[in-house]
Amino acid sequence: MSVGIVSYGAYVPKYRIKVEDIARVWGDDAEILKAGLMVNEKAVPDVDEDAATIAVEAARAAVNRSGIDAQRIGAVYTGSESHPYAVKPTSTIVAEATGATPVMTAADFEFACKAGTAAVQACMGLVNSGMIDLGMAIGADVAQGAPGDALEYTAAAGGVAYIIGNKESELVAVIEDTYSFTTDTPDFWRREGMPYPEHGGRFTGEPGYFKHVTNAAKGLLNKLDAKPEDYDYAVFHQPNGKFPSRAAKMLGFSKEQIAPGLVVTRLGNTYSGSCMMGIAATLDQAKPGDRIFATAFGSGAGGDAFSITVTDKIDEMRDNAPKVEELLADPIYVDYATYAKHKGKIKIA
Amino acid sequence: MIIMSVPRFWRKQIARYNLVGTQCKKCGEKFYPPRNMCPKCRRDGEIEEYKFSGKGEVVTYTVIHTAAEGFEGQTPYVLGIIKLEEGPSLTSQIICDAENVKIGMKVKPVFRKLGQDGERGMIYYGTKFVPESTDKC
Ligand SMILES: [Zn+2]
Repeated sequence: MSVGIVSYGAYVPKYRIKVEDIARVWGDDAEILKAGLMVNEKAVPDVDEDAATIAVEAARAAVNRSGIDAQRIGAVYTGSESHPYAVKPTSTIVAEATGATPVMTAADFEFACKAGTAAVQACMGLVNSGMIDLGMAIGADVAQGAPGDALEYTAAAGGVAYIIGNKESELVAVIEDTYSFTTDTPDFWRREGMPYPEHGGRFTGEPGYFKHVTNAAKGLLNKLDAKPEDYDYAVFHQPNGKFPSRAAKMLGFSKEQIAPGLVVTRLGNTYSGSCMMGIAATLDQAKPGDRIFATAFGSGAGGDAFSITVTDKIDEMRDNAPKVEELLADPIYVDYATYAKHKGKIKIA
Repeated sequence: MIIMSVPRFWRKQIARYNLVGTQCKKCGEKFYPPRNMCPKCRRDGEIEEYKFSGKGEVVTYTVIHTAAEGFEGQTPYVLGIIKLEEGPSLTSQIICDAENVKIGMKVKPVFRKLGQDGERGMIYYGTKFVPESTDKC
């Protein structure tokens, strides 16, 4: 029985701030930062956008791209680390606003940057067990970095929704298999009620990102008896441009394979949306028969690897919703003061 | 566009989220916000649910500089009357710089935060409008 992607939809707010404009405020060297992070600008939400509104826009784009009846969706799971409510699901808002309610299940997922791919895996299981017809898995964030913290240069806003199903004639891409690698690693966290996350500095690289991404990726390649050369494209979680480039090299994937999905340079890190956005950007230009290897990472920590093959159906579906490239085009640039207002960093009593 | 009680907002939620109104099957007149009685056909009318496309145009607008409670931090913003392509008009925020809004401008719906009840209360979501063209606004 095959399971896979029936549709996908992405959303990116139209505002951007350049690394230069953040660096100016903190007296940092923008050129060194840009070279080190491989990020030039990041997406900024509007004053009235949050993870829920972004999830809704992505979910509606996914429904529109395929034209499916939203009533067929039996589960909506939204992964985010910036759910607007501490208690009250984002997923019920999304389900209502996409017309999927009321005969369905919903829950919010949390696993740092890989909550969205964890939701994809849950939907794959529910669909393949026959419990639901279609499942919607979303990764959406308005990522927060404390003012002046290194994360502020990359923490961005965006979201991606995937509709997962198992009717072969409906799939734009088959997910052949998935493999996860998870340990208890304190590389990044945010305590209840705290506005900004904390991170373990250099601890985030080797024992966090690289260990979990490479183990998940190698595990899946071994399980499928596949090699990097068997794939046309690869996507790795993109907290910046450097990490996925290095992970690709460590695993034997080429620069060309990761290029179409490496959107972080113009988008920033959309956290739960990051790897899923890379997959969406790749699906936007993949041809039927192309194979995509993807590995998401979430601090805390874990990696989810996926092996995906694009079907003929992609060509009839692709143009029915905005492509990631279109969402990244023609942004409106804001300065630091406007950015601070948009992000609610300025408190109005 | 005023902050209202939680139950009152919730009852209107579907209409706000998805621009669901009603139409009279007899004369074809469409209503937003939804009406339970067609003023033309009266008792002969037959009312059913109708989902609007959300496409429309700006009839008139004003720029709000002093926001009501719950809208602080959003000013200045544009408040306008949108005439939906199916007929009815409604008042909504238009997400666009004041100097770029034009009467007759084509708009499409987006899902946004309408406001919130302070730091502890509910967050209200619903439909606002953006220019249909992807030009900078
Ligand atoms: Zn009538």
